[in-house]
This record gives sequence, structure tokens and C-alpha cells, in this order.
Amino acid sequence: MSSALRIVNGKIYDPANNIDGEVRDICIQDGKIVESVPGDTPKIDAHGMVVMPGGVDIHSHIAGPKTNLARKFQPEDHRYDPHPGTEFTRSGAGGIVPSTFATGYRFATLGYTTVMEAAVPPLSARHVLEELEDTAILDKGYYVLMGNNSFLHRMLEKGRMEEFRNAVAWWLNASKAYTIKLVCPGGDEQWKGDKNATINQIDEKIHSFDITPRQVIKALIDTANDLGLPHPAHIHCNNLGHSGNYTTTLDTMRAAEGRKAHITHIQFNSYGGEPGKNPTSKAKEISDFINENPNISADVGQVMFGKSVSMTADAPLAWMLRHVKERKWINCDTECESGCGIIPFEYQQNVYTHTLQWAIGLELFLMAKDPWRMVLSTDHPNGGSFLNYPRLIRLLMDRDFRKQEAAAVNQKALLSTSLLDLDREYSLQEIAIVTRAAPARLLGLKHKGHLGVGADADITIYDEHENREEMFKTARYVLKDGHLFIKNHEFCADPVGRIYQVAPDYDKKIEDEIRPFFDEYYSVQFDNYPVFDTHVETEIVPTYPVQ
Amino acid sequence: MTETMLLVPMRTAKQGVALNQGKLKDAYKKETSTVEIKQEDMDRLGLKTGDRVRLRAGTEEVIVSCKPRKEGKKVQDTATGIIFLPYGPISSALMTDGDTAGTGMPDSKHLIVEIEGPLAQEESDG
Amino acid sequence: MDSSVAAEPNIRVVKNATCTFCGCVCDDMELTVDLDQKRITKAKNACVLGKAWFAEHSVDESRPVAMIEGKEVSLDEAIDEAAKILVNARFPVIYGMSNSTSEAQRETVKMADLLSANVDSTSSVCHGPTGMGLQGVGEPTTTLGEVKNRADMIVYWGCNPSDCHPRLSTHYAVNPKGMYIPNGRKDRTVINVDVRSTTTTNIADVFVQVKPGSDFELLWGLRILVRGGKLNPAFEEQTGVPIDVIENLASRLMSCNYGILFFGMGLTMTRGRHYNASALHMLATDLNEHTHFVVKPARGHGNVTGADTVMSWQTGYPFGINFNRGYPRHEPGEFTTTDIMCRGEADAACIIASDPMANFAKPAIDHMKKIPMISFDPKPTPTSQAARVAFTTACYGINTPGTVYRMDDIPIPLRPAFESPFPSDLDILKPLVKRIRELKRAQY
Repeated sequence: MSSALRIVNGKIYDPANNIDGEVRDICIQDGKIVESVPGDTPKIDAHGMVVMPGGVDIHSHIAGPKTNLARKFQPEDHRYDPHPGTEFTRSGAGGIVPSTFATGYRFATLGYTTVMEAAVPPLSARHVLEELEDTAILDKGYYVLMGNNSFLHRMLEKGRMEEFRNAVAWWLNASKAYTIKLVCPGGDEQWKGDKNATINQIDEKIHSFDITPRQVIKALIDTANDLGLPHPAHIHCNNLGHSGNYTTTLDTMRAAEGRKAHITHIQFNSYGGEPGKNPTSKAKEISDFINENPNISADVGQVMFGKSVSMTADAPLAWMLRHVKERKWINCDTECESGCGIIPFEYQQNVYTHTLQWAIGLELFLMAKDPWRMVLSTDHPNGGSFLNYPRLIRLLMDRDFRKQEAAAVNQKALLSTSLLDLDREYSLQEIAIVTRAAPARLLGLKHKGHLGVGADADITIYDEHENREEMFKTARYVLKDGHLFIKNHEFCADPVGRIYQVAPDYDKKIEDEIRPFFDEYYSVQFDNYPVFDTHVETEIVPTYPVQ
Repeated sequence: MTETMLLVPMRTAKQGVALNQGKLKDAYKKETSTVEIKQEDMDRLGLKTGDRVRLRAGTEEVIVSCKPRKEGKKVQDTATGIIFLPYGPISSALMTDGDTAGTGMPDSKHLIVEIEGPLAQEESDG
Repeated sequence: MDSSVAAEPNIRVVKNATCTFCGCVCDDMELTVDLDQKRITKAKNACVLGKAWFAEHSVDESRPVAMIEGKEVSLDEAIDEAAKILVNARFPVIYGMSNSTSEAQRETVKMADLLSANVDSTSSVCHGPTGMGLQGVGEPTTTLGEVKNRADMIVYWGCNPSDCHPRLSTHYAVNPKGMYIPNGRKDRTVINVDVRSTTTTNIADVFVQVKPGSDFELLWGLRILVRGGKLNPAFEEQTGVPIDVIENLASRLMSCNYGILFFGMGLTMTRGRHYNASALHMLATDLNEHTHFVVKPARGHGNVTGADTVMSWQTGYPFGINFNRGYPRHEPGEFTTTDIMCRGEADAACIIASDPMANFAKPAIDHMKKIPMISFDPKPTPTSQAARVAFTTACYGINTPGTVYRMDDIPIPLRPAFESPFPSDLDILKPLVKRIRELKRAQY
């Protein structure tokens, strides 16, 4: 069987190459997009269809220890959403946290082909890598938690920045991760060490260390830039979910001092108001800052009404949410590295705060001047399942639909925002930016998110439909590395995706410092901690260190 | 003498060691066929270390040897009427009720048994 | 060559090896291996159980790699027979997995999916009820290193780690010094709750003796106190624990800095089962209003945690899973192996690295004697003896590499000490899955 293919007659949306809806051929050979293929090459006729690069998700929780705990403790949620197998695919369970194979198939059904898992402690690296191997179809990678790392705190406390940078690079290599993740830096130390206390402001002192979150944030942003990671430090800000937290968010972005940083699910960090009281929208303040500061990128973390589950390394946040309804709650402390909290949740239209969150997310989308730096996410499953993406796309593309939906929400909350005044409608090209081109560019995945010659032939073909929700719900054809695996909406193959990691250089002498720390404070042996190269096959994405 | 007691199957370090040697080997068989009884219960029943006793649960019965239960060194342990037997084919044979009350787990550590002993040599051989 | 002169033994030392005997999965073993004899002669840092584990897993080359009806056959013949048994069964049950690598577990679940079989691990007769507790009320928990670094209050409830998990105390929880526990044992309080005193009681500061079958009431009484209530004197009668002792216990738990409740089969295998586990999880949750508190089931076999973990990620459910509708369903009591066997439903079974014929209830064992079984085990067991097809396997961790999940869900790598002439579970499962696929295709 030849691996060449030609897609003809489709309308191409390839924003990275400035192609906006033109009808063109796409030629594919050996998994890549090429200039041309021989005339007798098999064709897909995409007449009346929209062709886009495969979707790229910059921030979802799809694998690893906390995702799996969230799966394990919600049988009631899987029960009503079984995922039957086919001749080509494995079976599984659906719901708000689907099983690994089902996660891959369902993302692929939406036309996504690359998804990044957003937060895993390095101690669980093998776990997340094994789950990612079992996540069907997708290319993937994961972000490793570094914002509550005791060893790094110590280096920072002593001002040993050279060692700090080497240790970060060692950790990235040891865990085969894609970039540095910060979650509520300093907060887990407070939680575990001071009877469930938390830290709110980034200039507070971290429990039992003589440093502040600001120092941790600054040091990790600098390190990610200095190491030349393809994606900068990925930051879940302090004070998430609390009224008045937008100042913390602005402080965090300012701490970058002009260097690249990515603020994730920023909607959850765009609230005004007094702590403990109802929040207000500060979407404008946040948007203005981002519009003016090209070093900052963000994903929205849109809240969608319905079932969600809060699963986060921000353990104090989950504990706060537990008090809302006293639902079942998981906490999991990870030695020297992290905390974690999980709580089932539901966003309701009639609840003031939930409506406000929904509206703020939309405001952030609609106020963003540069869609290349404000990309689509629901922080799956925190703001809602990734299966909400088609509906979210319709909310962005269809003003009338948005107004119609707005009529059903909490009006007091709605009217305290500017959502009804925002008439903007996203174009298909802009949707292609926020769902594939921009996330790929922000991730530094040069072969993803576009359809130029040399790109990976990860391609999605949608039937064009006026109802954008219907259109984006199920792709008609999806290709992964040139391999057609969804044909006329049905799986016809089960290709295996890659796992990406970075492997920045570092001075090996740092291991002599980390080893005794492990002997004293970890429960695993230093030599057993790094993931063996034989354990999992990965592809290394190059780094470009600052000289 | 016959009494009704609570049999709690358990794990011991010795049983753990023995099962590594092999479950069909003598050390494992011996450890899993020796019931531990509180000294005062032994005295009441007239049992000495190594005596053979019959344990009966429903229609099943087994013959095992007995020894006094080692108690904690520092504390007063008042658990009388409870006997302990390391897990194995013999304790399973007495688990005559497979009902799990919808959990998958039988009441494995709560078996009501009749204990009879000491047995005469010929009876315990048979 | 003078044969009376012993050849220089071919010795190898493996550092940072992992012991997979129990759920502690200690990874600081230093093994001395005699490669000629194919045996481990010394296991530095191992506990008494670990020492036996390493010493006794030598290779008996006289055993056949596979047997059908007790007769030696080739591996291929046995795989073919096993595949036929499973494909022809209407209700095949796949069970075990707790002494196997996560790699083999993943292949096992794949096989179950392909066969539309029932799949279950030894969890269902171990901490399965704890899993149900988790599903019902959640669970505050931790990795073992945080216990070492922070816990000043250790409770052992219905478990006896001094016999069953010896290094839980000495290596992880009680004795070691940690980041915020500079003096080790001296900085910690150890409380033991059980129906009897054990070797664990000897290392405890406080022993609370509870009446058999009334753990739930004692846990509930503590919850009442932690939530600010008062206890009815009936609690004393029910639990056998004086009210002032319960009150003292509650106040100790509330006043620590970082507490942990370890618990075992004393809760899950007695009256209350998953209610006991739920009550314990809820007690810890309540205690988080006063301080930081976590729980940790002391898991038994080396990779029983991995079985839960792998099944959860592949199917959404931790144990007791049935694929016969083409997708996984989970129902303890319905799809748990003891129940299926006791009801006489299974018509074939594939038992991977476990020994239900020695551990199950009598009616379950009686049914298993009647159906064709396939067994995977490094050593002969009552299950391998009763199996129609019996594979002799290499021992995980000693002979085969891979990953296991410690009781706190931390994945630990294996560093095999020497090669076995026998295949690993995975080495058999892969061709078995392939053969099953061929037979299923041929059926259509």
C-alpha cells in the first residue's frame, strides 16, 4: 500500500501559512505534507468540506496519578457513558474522565491529534508515561510539576541559581517531561506542613523556607527561557478561584519581566471582588495586560455548564471546593514535590459564580487582540470535558447562539460583565488559530498545527455545517501522520501516537547534590528515580539554550 | 471438650517466609495448620502445645495442631475466645460461606467454628 | 582440567534492586547473585520476608515450561490450548495479576477486552472494599516519603506490619528521620488498634483493643468526637473500648501536625468491609478540619496496586470488571471472582500469578475444580496443580524487568538479578493474545 494521498477540493484553513479558506490540494507522502504526489495517488474528495491541521490541545488532564484517581473514584459517572470497542479500537469508559483509550478516540473524533497532559509530579513520571502510551491515536507529552519542589526551594533559598538551573534540567531529563509546570507555587508546602494552611499572595513567605512564590515563579520562568525549552514555564497562578485574584495574576505576569511565560486557564484567575465574597469580572484588566505584553501567552480554561471534576495539584483549592457541597474528596500528597486534590463538581447556570466564570471565559476570548496568544481550553475536566469544545466553538462563532445561551444564565452575574456588549464572532480561520495553529506554535512543535510542506500530516476534515457545534463534533476524516484512521466518521485503524519530551543539557555535577537529598528525604532510591530509556519510547524535541 | 469460638485467619512472618519456599512444601503446610489460641483458653480446654484439635464450620471440618498465641509484650490483651490460623488451604476449607454481601469479599476474618480437643492420637491421624 | 578445584564463582552484585514480595516494594536491595547457580545468595537491606523471597526464587530447570493435564508440552502447544479454552468459553474469567509487572497487567486487560471476558485482581479479596470506600467517600492520602518526612502520628488499624510489611515501620513510617521529623521515632506517636495484640503492638505507644466486628462503631464514635459531638455510653458496650479511651484517642488524633491511618484486612475482611474503609476515610477527612490527616491501605502483594491502577486507566474501574457487552462494566459482588465462582457461572479461568485455590472460600474452590483453568506461576501451587494448562514463569523483579506500583501508587522499576530459562508473564501473554485474535477472526 502506498503511503501517498491527495486531499482534493477541500477549503483549507491553515493560518500559519496565511491560507484562509482557499480550495487547494494537500499532498501527503510518508506521513508528511509534501509539494506534490504522482497523479495516480489515491484521493480523498473533500468537496464541501473544511480542511484543517489536526487539533492541538495545550492543556488537558488526560493521564497520570491524579487523573487516574479521578477515574477510579467515579464509577457512577462511567456507568452511563460506556465506550464500546470496534474491530479496530479498544473499549473503555467515558464520562468526565474517560479511560485512556477512550480519551484518545474521543479527542480524535473531534479532530484533535495532539494533546498535552498538564500536571504530573516527577515521582509519578513512569505512571503518566505508561498511561500516555495507552492513550490511543494522539501525540502527547506532559508538564512536570516544579513549583513546590523542596530541593529547588533549597537551591533558591541559598541563591544558587546555577545549581537551580542544572537541577531543573536534570529533573526534566529524569522525568522525560515536556516543560516546567507551576501550580500554586509554595502553596502545597503550606498545606502539608502547616495543618492545611494556604498561601495567597506571591510575596508571602513559603512555610519553612525563606523564599516567596514570586522568587519561585521568576526563577522557573528564567530557567525555562535560559534552557531554551520549546514551551515556556506553564503557570497555574497562586490564589486561583478566589475573589480578587486578578492582582495575583498581574503580579505573576509582571514577575516574568518581559521573558516568555504561559499562564494557564487564566479565566480562573481573572476575578475581582473581596476575598470570601462574590467575585466580579476582571477580564478586561487581564486582557489589556496580555494584549500589551507579547511575552505572555495564555489558555482560557473556559467553564462549560454541566459536569466537571476539579483535579489539581492545588490541594488547598480542592479542600475549599469540598466545603461547597461536602462531596467526596481526594487529597494526595507527593513527597518533596507536590500536593493534589480532586472533587467532583458541576457548573450550574443559575449559580452566580458559575455564570460569572462562564462569562469571564468568553470575555477573555472576545477581548483578545491576538488569538495566537489566547488559546482554547476548558482545563479538561476542571472547567468541563473536552467534549464541550464544539459547543464552545459555536459560542465564539455565533453571536445569536451566545445571546440565546446567555438568556438562560444567572442574569445578575451576566449583567455584571461586558459579555452582552461584545459582538465579535470568531471566523473559521480564528478557530483554526486557537485550536491548532497557536497551541502548536506556543508549544514549539514546528511540525504541528499547520499544513505547509514538511508538516506532520495530521489533518482533520469536517463537513461544513452552519451549526458549528454539529460541524466540530465529529470530523468526517482524520489522518495521523498521513494514516487515515477515521473515514466517514468511523474508525478504520488505530495508529499509535508519539510521546514528546525535552532533554536539555546540564552539568552532571548537580547529581552529587541531589543524590544525598534523595537519601535523606525521598522514599525511592536516587538511581531508580529517573525513567529508564528502555521504559518508554519518546521523541526528543530540541531545546535552544540561551548562551 | 468442645467450644464455639471465633476463628480469624491471619498472616504471619513465618507463613510469608514459608510460602516463598513453596506452598506444597512442609514448612508452609505446618505453619498454615497450626492454630494459635490464647493461653487461658488453652488451659480451659486442657490443651498443650502441639496437641491436635478439630475445627468445625458447617459441614466442613479440619484437624490442626495448636499452640499458645504470642501476645504483645507491653499490654494487657483480653481477647479470649478468638483463635488465629495463618491463611492457607485449611483456613479456606473452613470458609464455607462464599457470600460477599455484594462486595466481592467474603467475611474471611470472621469465621465461627467449633473447636474440639485435645484429640486422641489415632483420631487425629485418621 | 582438575575438576576437584571449584571454579571461581560467577558473582554479580545488583544495587538498587527492588523487592516485589509485598506492597512496600523496597527498592534499596543489594543483591549478591551467583550466576552459575542462578540464585541470589545475599539480599542486603531485605526484611525477613524479602530475604526469603530472594533466597527461594532460584530456578528449578527440571520443571517443564508448560504442562497440559500434568504432562509436559511445548510452550506453543500450551499457548494454543490456552487460547482455545478461552475463546470457546462463554464466561471466561481472568483473575490475579498482583504478582506481575504493569506491562503484563496491561496485556492481560487487553486480552480480557478481546475475549469479552471478566477480569478481576486479587484486590477483590484484599483491599477491594477499600476501593469501594474510595468510590463512595474519596480518600485523603499520601506517598510514603511524606510519612517519613512529616508524620508525627502513625495509626496502625487492623493491620500487623511487623509481621506482614516489616519495613513499613523501619524504612518508611516509624523509625526513619525525615525533613521535619529530625529525631525519627522519638518525634512520632504510634497507635495500634486491633482485636488482639500483635508484634506491631510491641512498637506502639498506645494499644486500643476493639471487639471483633465493631471497628465501624469505633471509627464512627471517633468521627462524632472529631466533629464536636459527645458519645453515648452504648459505644463502650459495642466496641469494648472505654469512652475515655475513645475520647483520648480522638484528641490525640486532632492535635498532631500530620497524621496517618494505615489499615489492613482487619477492616476489609470483617463485618462492615467497605463501610469500615469508608468510615476510616471519612474520619481522616473530618480530621482535616483540625490538622493534616491522611490514610493508606497497607497493600499486600508487590503489584496489587498496579493491577488497580492499570485496570482503572484502561477501563475506568479498579477491579471486578466484565467486558461481555463489548465495554467494561464494574460491579463488586457481581463481577468479582469469588462471587462468580460461588454461583458457578464461569466456564473457564485464566489465573495469572495468584493462587485462588489456596485462598478462596470453599464453594468457589469447589467450582474451580470443575472448569478448565490456565495458570501462570513461577512455582507449583494448589492452583497450578488444578489447572489444565500450567505455565512455569520467570519471577518478576528477580528475572524480569518492568514496573510495579508501590502501595502508595508510586511506580518503581525492576532490576532483574539473573535470567530465567522460563518466559515472563508478558512473554506468554503476547503470543496468547495473538493466538486468541487469530481464533476469533476465524470464528467470524
